[in-house]
Amino acid sequence: MRGRSRLAVAAASASVLMLALSACGGGGTGTGSGSGSGGGSGESAVVIKGCTPENPLVPGNTSETCGGDIVDAFTAKLVHYNTETAEPEMDIAESIESDDNQNFTVKLKQGYKFQDGTEVKAKNFVDAWNYTAAAKNGQAGAYFMKVIEGAAEIGEEGAAGETLTGLAVVDDYTFTIKTTEKVSNLPVRLGYSAFAPMPDSFFADPKAFEDKPIGAGPFQIESKDTQNTVLTKFADYSGKYPANVDKLTFRIYTDPAAAYTDVVANNLDYTNEIPSDQMIGDAYKSDLTDRNLNRASGRFQGIVFSPNDEQLRDNLKLRQALSMAINRDLIAKDIMHGSVIPAKGWAPSVVDGATDTACGEYCTFDAAKAKTLYDEAGGYNGVLALTTNGDGAHREWTEAVCNSIKNAVGADCRVVLTPDFATYNKQIDAGELKGMFRTGWQMDYPSIENFLGPIYTTGADSNWSKYDNPAFNAKLAEAAAAGTDDEANKLYQEAEAMLGQDLPTTPLWYPTTTVGWSDKVTDVKINAFGVLDFSAIKVKN
Amino acid sequence: MIAYIIRRLLQMIPVVFGTTFLIYAMVYSLGDPTVGRCGERPCSPAYVARLRAEYNLDDPLLVQYFKYMGKIATGDFGQTFNGVDIGAELLARWPITMKLAVIALLVEAIIGIAAGVLAGLRKGGFLDSLVFVSTLAIISIPVFVLGSVAQLVFGVRLAWLPPTATAGTWHQLLLPGIVLGTLSMAYIARLTRNSLVENLGADYVRTAKAKGLTWRRTVGVHTLRNSLIPVITFIGFDLGALMGGAIVTERIFNVQGIGGYIWHSISTKDGGAIVATVTLLVLVYLIMSLLVDLLYGALDPRISHD
Repeated sequence: MRGRSRLAVAAASASVLMLALSACGGGGTGTGSGSGSGGGSGESAVVIKGCTPENPLVPGNTSETCGGDIVDAFTAKLVHYNTETAEPEMDIAESIESDDNQNFTVKLKQGYKFQDGTEVKAKNFVDAWNYTAAAKNGQAGAYFMKVIEGAAEIGEEGAAGETLTGLAVVDDYTFTIKTTEKVSNLPVRLGYSAFAPMPDSFFADPKAFEDKPIGAGPFQIESKDTQNTVLTKFADYSGKYPANVDKLTFRIYTDPAAAYTDVVANNLDYTNEIPSDQMIGDAYKSDLTDRNLNRASGRFQGIVFSPNDEQLRDNLKLRQALSMAINRDLIAKDIMHGSVIPAKGWAPSVVDGATDTACGEYCTFDAAKAKTLYDEAGGYNGVLALTTNGDGAHREWTEAVCNSIKNAVGADCRVVLTPDFATYNKQIDAGELKGMFRTGWQMDYPSIENFLGPIYTTGADSNWSKYDNPAFNAKLAEAAAAGTDDEANKLYQEAEAMLGQDLPTTPLWYPTTTVGWSDKVTDVKINAFGVLDFSAIKVKN
Repeated sequence: MIAYIIRRLLQMIPVVFGTTFLIYAMVYSLGDPTVGRCGERPCSPAYVARLRAEYNLDDPLLVQYFKYMGKIATGDFGQTFNGVDIGAELLARWPITMKLAVIALLVEAIIGIAAGVLAGLRKGGFLDSLVFVSTLAIISIPVFVLGSVAQLVFGVRLAWLPPTATAGTWHQLLLPGIVLGTLSMAYIARLTRNSLVENLGADYVRTAKAKGLTWRRTVGVHTLRNSLIPVITFIGFDLGALMGGAIVTERIFNVQGIGGYIWHSISTKDGGAIVATVTLLVLVYLIMSLLVDLLYGALDPRISHD
């Protein structure tokens, strides 16, 4: 009997443990159980892939895509970018006018409502932009306000000021913007989410806003937890881009492969990412026949010739030789599986003003010519490093680029991987990298200027190549003062041509966006940013 | 017995402090979490300054650690960088991982022990060879292959079970749970089989048989109970591992549990979230090892805690 009673103890403690476990198992099964589409209540619902935002969903503090996509869905801005052409169209703005490209008058349409019921007025823009620009609020999007007069003063570390001198409310529906210098493309910039208006309730209680963000867009946030952000159609939305579906859920996926699987199985309605193994030989096209789309997007990828490398810095011919030694077409096809478009310029053709010609022959693979140039230039002594961050799927193509250079000109090119993007960034900032390193750029607004100004102006934040050309700076300033868009674009192209002559970096390609969707939805469109047009997507009847 | 439990509980205190401090120091050495948060451009100094102040990043390591533990002691786990309460996050994710672990545990314990017993009783027979070969096959397949294939075959092609487990219901977790439990199941089968074979040859089994006890009683009560001691040890620690180590499985099946959370927190260098999660894992391990030790005493009177 002793034995039996001990067994009973063992069994009992095991079952107590099980009970404790199953008791804990009760909660946590919140929204969105399985099926992607809308249930039987007659409401149409779409579930799309989301990822975890890096910051709270405050428009001025969101500078990455995980949060940015959601912010885009619940906010409305002064202008809206056309999904097909990326042209800015007036949204909340009735008009944005300027005589001198420096003093702008913005008139608002009346009747736009925030999701808390208050009307969108001029002061909501001015307050929001002031808040984003002020250093004491530490917003990630402060960068976008730099163009407005007074931003430098209140944006400095430790500055106490909180209003931009360049903004003034004229009346409820009019305000003026004065920029630090002439900016002909200001209206194009104002569609970025950092320029979204903020309701008064945000300033009264920012913490409450973080818990339930409010905008004036076609969708409003219903609830958000760690797995789902649920948005519903905003009934009082009065803009031109109303939602087609009643409910839009961003469901968090940590792994794009899982999202892809769910789309194939019709458990998820949309994914903005096709896993790389499915890109090989267009495998995804057989899983998702008529349910996939590939489109050029506003992104650029290239290689920086390190400004800290004396051999490269002072030797244009060497840079030209290396640039010519890269077989972009072959790598795009064989290594990138068609997910990129080989580049011959510094700005992708999806943006206004871009021509994709500035790099010309130096971006065209020619091994013989590259070798001649390389020998004339005296070659590269020692190991030519190509550095990239190891956490971002760059290994394969950097090795291909290095091999291409090695085969064409015989330089001892080797890929160096840093552990992660943060370390990589730090090394670039500290000027520790020699040789070449990877660079990438995702546009903030669809203008050729965005691919030049922030990256190549002397002293700019993202000027990794430390490009310093007064003529280039002057050309950009001239373009910013131009009277018409065409004139401005022509001048920007002239500036881009200077990059072609100086080659501080060499373009590689423009990444494209490939998306897939379930057989429950239709009207799937993506814009030049590679983001789904949330308003257009529909559930099939 | 009670004194033993109290002594063990007291021992946990320095262990918890020691391990959490080690983890905190390791996270600290991951590097500056404020770098690289603003895409391809450097973050503004003001943004960095606000983060540094909010998360005490400017203090020395020890001060940071004690500030952090002080907050945890009051039940405040702090916030992740995107403003989500870590406590709430863990509360939402813990039950999902527990469910997953329970499914895995049931699969591995029931099938594993059954297969092990059958193989052990028929040592050298066909069943024994079958179990040997099949467990060898399972052990040699990496879990991501097993997971991906199971997902494709049973989730997508045959559509018997949901291919992902985003909402974390029992039904959805069945497939990842089975995948997760499979590997340990193979180990348990082998452990049970070997331990049983060894004990079947022991003197006390011969004595029991000589006393005239039925075969069923000899194996079921006398041999199996002793044979299960190493198995129980394995299962106990495996539960701890299942709680945190399901990172791969949770990614494949998009389970919003602890494993995926650890992975995400490490990749975003969210120190607070990592330390809070791992602290809980340490506690689970400690409690599991205590339970295992208590079960020893119940299964084998020779192992006494008094």
